[in-house]
Amino acid sequence: MLAMEYRGPQRVRITEKPMPEIKHPEDTIVRVVRSCICGSDLHLYNGNVPDTRVGETFGHEFIGVVEEVGTEVTKVKVGDRVIVPFNIACGKCAFCKQELYGNCHEAAPQATAAGGIFGYSHITGGYAGGQAEYVRVPYSNVGPTVIPEGMDLDDAVMLTDVVPTGYQAAEMGGIQPGDTVVVFGAGPVGIMAAKCAWLFGAGRVIVFDREEYRLEFVRNYAQCEAYNFESIEDPVVFVKRTTDSLGADVCIDCVGAEAAGSAMQTITGRKLLLQAGSATALHWAINSVKKGGIVSIVGVYGPTDNLVPIGNVVNKGITIRANQASVPRLLPRMIEHVQNGVINPKALLTHRIPLEEIADGYRIFADKLDNCIKPVLIPPSAGM
Amino acid sequence: MEDLAKKFEHIKGWGIDADPKNDPTYPMKKRTNAEHAGYTWDRPTQQPIDVEVLHSNERPNITAVFGGTVPPSGLSGKLRRYAFQYGESSYGHWLPLLLADRVNVVEGIIDDLKKGHVPNIFAERGMKASWKHDRSTIMKKAAIGIFAIAAIAAWKLGKKSGERD
Ligand SMILES: NC(=O)c1ccc[n+]([C@@H]2O[C@H](COP(=O)([O-])OP(=O)(O)OC[C@H]3O[C@@H](n4cnc5c(N)ncnc54)[C@H](O)[C@@H]3O)[C@@H](O)[C@H]2O)c1
Ligand SMILES: [Zn+2]
Ligand SMILES: [Zn+2]
Repeated sequence: MLAMEYRGPQRVRITEKPMPEIKHPEDTIVRVVRSCICGSDLHLYNGNVPDTRVGETFGHEFIGVVEEVGTEVTKVKVGDRVIVPFNIACGKCAFCKQELYGNCHEAAPQATAAGGIFGYSHITGGYAGGQAEYVRVPYSNVGPTVIPEGMDLDDAVMLTDVVPTGYQAAEMGGIQPGDTVVVFGAGPVGIMAAKCAWLFGAGRVIVFDREEYRLEFVRNYAQCEAYNFESIEDPVVFVKRTTDSLGADVCIDCVGAEAAGSAMQTITGRKLLLQAGSATALHWAINSVKKGGIVSIVGVYGPTDNLVPIGNVVNKGITIRANQASVPRLLPRMIEHVQNGVINPKALLTHRIPLEEIADGYRIFADKLDNCIKPVLIPPSAGM
Repeated sequence: MEDLAKKFEHIKGWGIDADPKNDPTYPMKKRTNAEHAGYTWDRPTQQPIDVEVLHSNERPNITAVFGGTVPPSGLSGKLRRYAFQYGESSYGHWLPLLLADRVNVVEGIIDDLKKGHVPNIFAERGMKASWKHDRSTIMKKAAIGIFAIAAIAAWKLGKKSGERD
């Protein structure tokens, strides 16, 4: 089968790999019909996540058709079209039992801090990912969910990560009616977080990015204010000025380790790898939020340290809430929102790229070329 | 709570201000305190361990499932094995892993060449897309590259002629 393969920082290609096999009674094999490239993949692509091995296949946002099931699988059957959440979660451990599916303790041997994720280095389990024609899907009684009748495949693939992640970003903000919410990042996740902030009753939603086309998109899509931080001298001062000098009630980091905007952070975090990525957006979030406010983090960082103003967290009495999205927990509600027209995920898919052109897909998404918001890969064997 | 109250009977005031609503993890976590029972849950069936899987020294075992597609090998594999002697809070863990990743890239190139495949680095870096959508940046980079080479050459030549004097 064809699969994407990592060869080194900013080097990926398509290659022929053996078909995946059932390794565990709760496994299924899924034939991929849609698979996205995510901002999270860029941390791997840039070589910034430790224990990313040459030959790995990335991809944690995919949907497909069940081709084969293990002996203990009861939730799905051969022929089902399924949404596969990006989390690999057992459903049995103390964390899964409390719906912390992003924090399963039975899916990633290499770490205790991280749960299992498809195609996301060996820190999260070393699983082959979905930027391929076929994937092994462990714990198929927990994650995979049948795509509801009539749902567009392009909507369905966005439910594997972007929609629940943006939603959880807003949810973790503990937004109360009337709150001013600042979202850093107008990538797919930030766009969705801005949209979802209204669902929790936000009174004002402000987004920062530096890509004009993304700012324009989010302004229309999420009906919010959007500003280019490169044309503002100090985004933190800007937030203070526009909120009666008190700051936002809630700040959300939807950028993570690839953040731009501070030369010091970029050099130490992205070039020299002296910290676990550049923490510019998180820095701004902590400093822009009101005293007693909440900072919600879904932006992803590496496993080592980052330079953030922790003293201000203390002095301002900030609550920080963060996690990998718990997709299986949120999926039923997200499906409702899509079916009721509250959220229109497929509007974010700007590029349809054949799986064979994976290297160009990464380049376009990484460098924000051709007004790309979100690329979706179509394997040759998708057939739909 | 009843059981705990009994257990902590000897501590005056134990739990008198406990407030279940005071939970910053809500609604992320449907709190049952299941983890208070420790690592005692009914574990899923163990996937047969038929490849080398490195596991964090902060957990007692290999998780019930794991991915085994790229087991550690070569020099990078040695570095990875070394790294896993250290905990997840230690630089001893992460720095060797980052180093292993870089060594692994060289191993990847050697492996390609051994198989008679010269990696097409331009294609792998998606330069076709850059050329199509971002030509000015490529031209700028190329110009900087040519300028740098010219500058080094001029400097070397200058130095040589200087040495003659
Ligand atoms: N926690 C989770 O479950 C989860 C799931 C998916 C993605 N993520 C993470 O969310 C983040 C965003 O993902 P994405 O797919 O939207 O990525 P993306 O790369 O498309 O978007 C990031 C955006 O941030 C902008 N940006 C850069 N520096 C900034 C700054 N200082 N302030 C404001 N904006 C800045 C970029 O221009 C870009 O538009 C990534 O870190 C990704 O790893 C987390
Ligand atoms: Zn993702
Ligand atoms: Zn679990």
